[in-house]
Amino acid sequence: MLAYIARRLIQTVLILLGISLVTFVLLYLVPADPARQIAGRSATAATVENIRQQLGLNLPFHEQYLRYLSGLLNGDLGRSYLQRTEVSTLIASRLPASLLLMAGAILCELLFGLTMGVIAALKRGTRTDDTLMIASFIGVSAPQFVIGILLLYVFAVQLGWFPIGGYGTFAHLVLPSITLGFLGAGWYARMMRSSLIDVLRQDYIRTARATGMSRTKVLLGHALPNAILPIIAMIGIDIGLFMSGIVVVESVFGWPGIGQLAWQAIQRVDIPIIMGVTLVSACAIVLGNLIADLITPLIDPRIKLR
Amino acid sequence: MRKLLLAGVAAITLSAFPAAAPSFAQEIKQGGSMTVTYKDDVSTLDPAIGYDWQNWSMIKSLFDGLMDYQPGTTELRPELAESYEISEDGTVFTFKLRQGVKFHNGREMTAEDVKYSIERTVNPNTQSPGAGFFGSIKGFEEASSGAAEGLSGITVEDPHTIRFDLSRPDATFLHVLALNFAHVVPKEEVEKHGADFGKNPVGTGAFKLGEWTLGQRLVFERFEDYWNKGLPKLDQIVFEVGQEPVVALLRLQNGEVDVPGDGIPPAKFVEVTNDPKFKDIIIQGGQLHTGYVTMNVKMPPFDEVEVRKAVNMAINKDRILRIINGRAVAANQPLPPSMPGYAKDYKGYAYDPEGAKALLAEAGLADGFETELYVMNTDPQPRIAQAIQQDLKEIGINVSIKSLAQANVIAAGGEEGQAPMIWSGGMAWIADFPDPSNFYGPILGCGGAVPGGWNWAWYCNKELDAAAAEADSIVDPARAEERIAKWSDIYLKVMEDAPWAPIFNEERFTIRSERIGGDDKLFVDPVHIPVHYDEVYAKDVQ
Repeated sequence: MLAYIARRLIQTVLILLGISLVTFVLLYLVPADPARQIAGRSATAATVENIRQQLGLNLPFHEQYLRYLSGLLNGDLGRSYLQRTEVSTLIASRLPASLLLMAGAILCELLFGLTMGVIAALKRGTRTDDTLMIASFIGVSAPQFVIGILLLYVFAVQLGWFPIGGYGTFAHLVLPSITLGFLGAGWYARMMRSSLIDVLRQDYIRTARATGMSRTKVLLGHALPNAILPIIAMIGIDIGLFMSGIVVVESVFGWPGIGQLAWQAIQRVDIPIIMGVTLVSACAIVLGNLIADLITPLIDPRIKLR
Repeated sequence: MRKLLLAGVAAITLSAFPAAAPSFAQEIKQGGSMTVTYKDDVSTLDPAIGYDWQNWSMIKSLFDGLMDYQPGTTELRPELAESYEISEDGTVFTFKLRQGVKFHNGREMTAEDVKYSIERTVNPNTQSPGAGFFGSIKGFEEASSGAAEGLSGITVEDPHTIRFDLSRPDATFLHVLALNFAHVVPKEEVEKHGADFGKNPVGTGAFKLGEWTLGQRLVFERFEDYWNKGLPKLDQIVFEVGQEPVVALLRLQNGEVDVPGDGIPPAKFVEVTNDPKFKDIIIQGGQLHTGYVTMNVKMPPFDEVEVRKAVNMAINKDRILRIINGRAVAANQPLPPSMPGYAKDYKGYAYDPEGAKALLAEAGLADGFETELYVMNTDPQPRIAQAIQQDLKEIGINVSIKSLAQANVIAAGGEEGQAPMIWSGGMAWIADFPDPSNFYGPILGCGGAVPGGWNWAWYCNKELDAAAAEADSIVDPARAEERIAKWSDIYLKVMEDAPWAPIFNEERFTIRSERIGGDDKLFVDPVHIPVHYDEVYAKDVQ
């Protein structure tokens, strides 16, 4: 087990290195000159050149990359070109908001997804089942910005139940969490349905029923715990999905997380921030997958880590 | 050297100012709070560095410079200076500083601080986008290249007197001293916070920074020891960032927001302006802005003046104005109408596709040609580019549109032989200060026609450069009109060569809640953009 974790961690480092290299290459190729952007429109050529030298942008590509890497090893993500602040400070100040949103989204997707899945499984073949599966299909296919704006319009603007975007209270959290969790809820509904249908067909369920246990007791005591196991492992993978989702959802709702930070940085080609957020997201995805892999054998003893 | 005494003029402006800031100075009670929203983060509040929509006016409320403008106008007036003198040859500017001006940390501001602040902006290590504005001060070359520590042209004569020696007469120098880049910062605080001064700003301004939660909100608190008693009117301003303009508008309706800092979003413009609820709280104002199409005079066939004139005549500006719902007025010259020097009687190139075709034929291009138009990729810029594309197709020019991120269009414009045509929308010139010279150097002069420059037409007319230098050497205020006339003439000569097709001058439409009072001009202030925070007041504390 320990050897497995060690091997996975080494792989993780290699993956992150690869990601940093690819991102760095892509940003290097962007035809915008950061030195000119910092210098502004009134700067002389000498000023631009000076800034380029101070930032090391005049160095050949491999030297720039090595400089960045050595900074990274010392925990230094560099300074934002336009905000003139440590990227790590910016990310750290916004990470809690993103984590809170993700927690809310996980809660939403479990709540909606599992409920829908259980109902659909129990009412298999009925109109309720069809309706729920169509809803889940919409959930996995609809773009998040559409869902976000719809929810905002109906529940915040028209009905006035929730604040119109922003951050701070529990009420602020509801709509963005639902929007972000909607996609996962769709998947979970489908998985929960098929998993539960599988379990309900098992011999031990029939045996349990034969002993005279009530339907509810069998469902809660035997069927659900078994059906839910494969889904728990999915949550780790969801964290990766959320990383792409938060860019959209945070922008729609004005949520001060790293997704919004990334979106603003992309529009203004603030390369150190884009690099930093990409690396942090990559870490989250890789760690999420690792956790998912580690949990699986705990849940299902038939799977062994090697 | 006989000194031209301007102190008198300054004193008049000054004594007029408490009364002119205006009659309500006595009647308006101080107090209350205002909430302002912005879409983008506030990047930095360091006056030497901040140069964007959000922070420009915020910095003006936290810091002061030697000069500023009458609120809501483009009229210069002394700020931290009490009076000033300009030598007859226009190369020596001497300022007497106001007594008893305090920084937010309690220390008194002196002439040393003024010198330090400007030298800091020019110092290459500061990486200030505004360093170039101080090019006329003696010793600028040495200081900006890092060869010398400070500027030899700035002398502290006594704690309240400072003298600037210029290497050439510079009529715009007072405007330069009103820029944020010349605002006064306390050395000890800059040294204490180092590169993070922009997140911990300390100035002499009407407000001081109370709270800053990165990416969420900032709170400005009234500075009790502000030298200009009676200001600011408000006790507090709360800035909320990361708010989409559409959302900000909805919150304004709910009474949660007072001023959506990004204005009325284009997509909601018609709806909002037709809505009776909003009718009375919308404010319209001019803007020192011109949107134009550049034609790269170094790339054939735009090296032919006939072709450039033909493009000018082929574009239907009225249709473009309809595309943006009339949020602008048609332009026929580089200067916007509210800028001194704007030629009112100049007719420009009228819309005339037939005439344009004839001009193309004259240039031997009767069959037209293919070219590219670069444009920034956010709405409504690509739609405007499409309208231009259709207009040019009428006279046989086949344009393909290159729609890119802002930074990439700017980069393409700064590269010789890269972009034949650029529509400047979304990155167009908005004046740094209200003087006609500010529309020339970087965007039409030879100095800007260099790699990485902003003269995207690569237009370089040595004669006009000389005329511009001559106009800017007229420092004597008595000859101001003569100077403005010279500038007016320069821009009309530019139009004869037609390196640009001027399209429109944007109008600003802004909105404020019923709760917030103050002259309409303050909400569309031409300098304190977008709002003059020091002067607006809260009606609910009256």
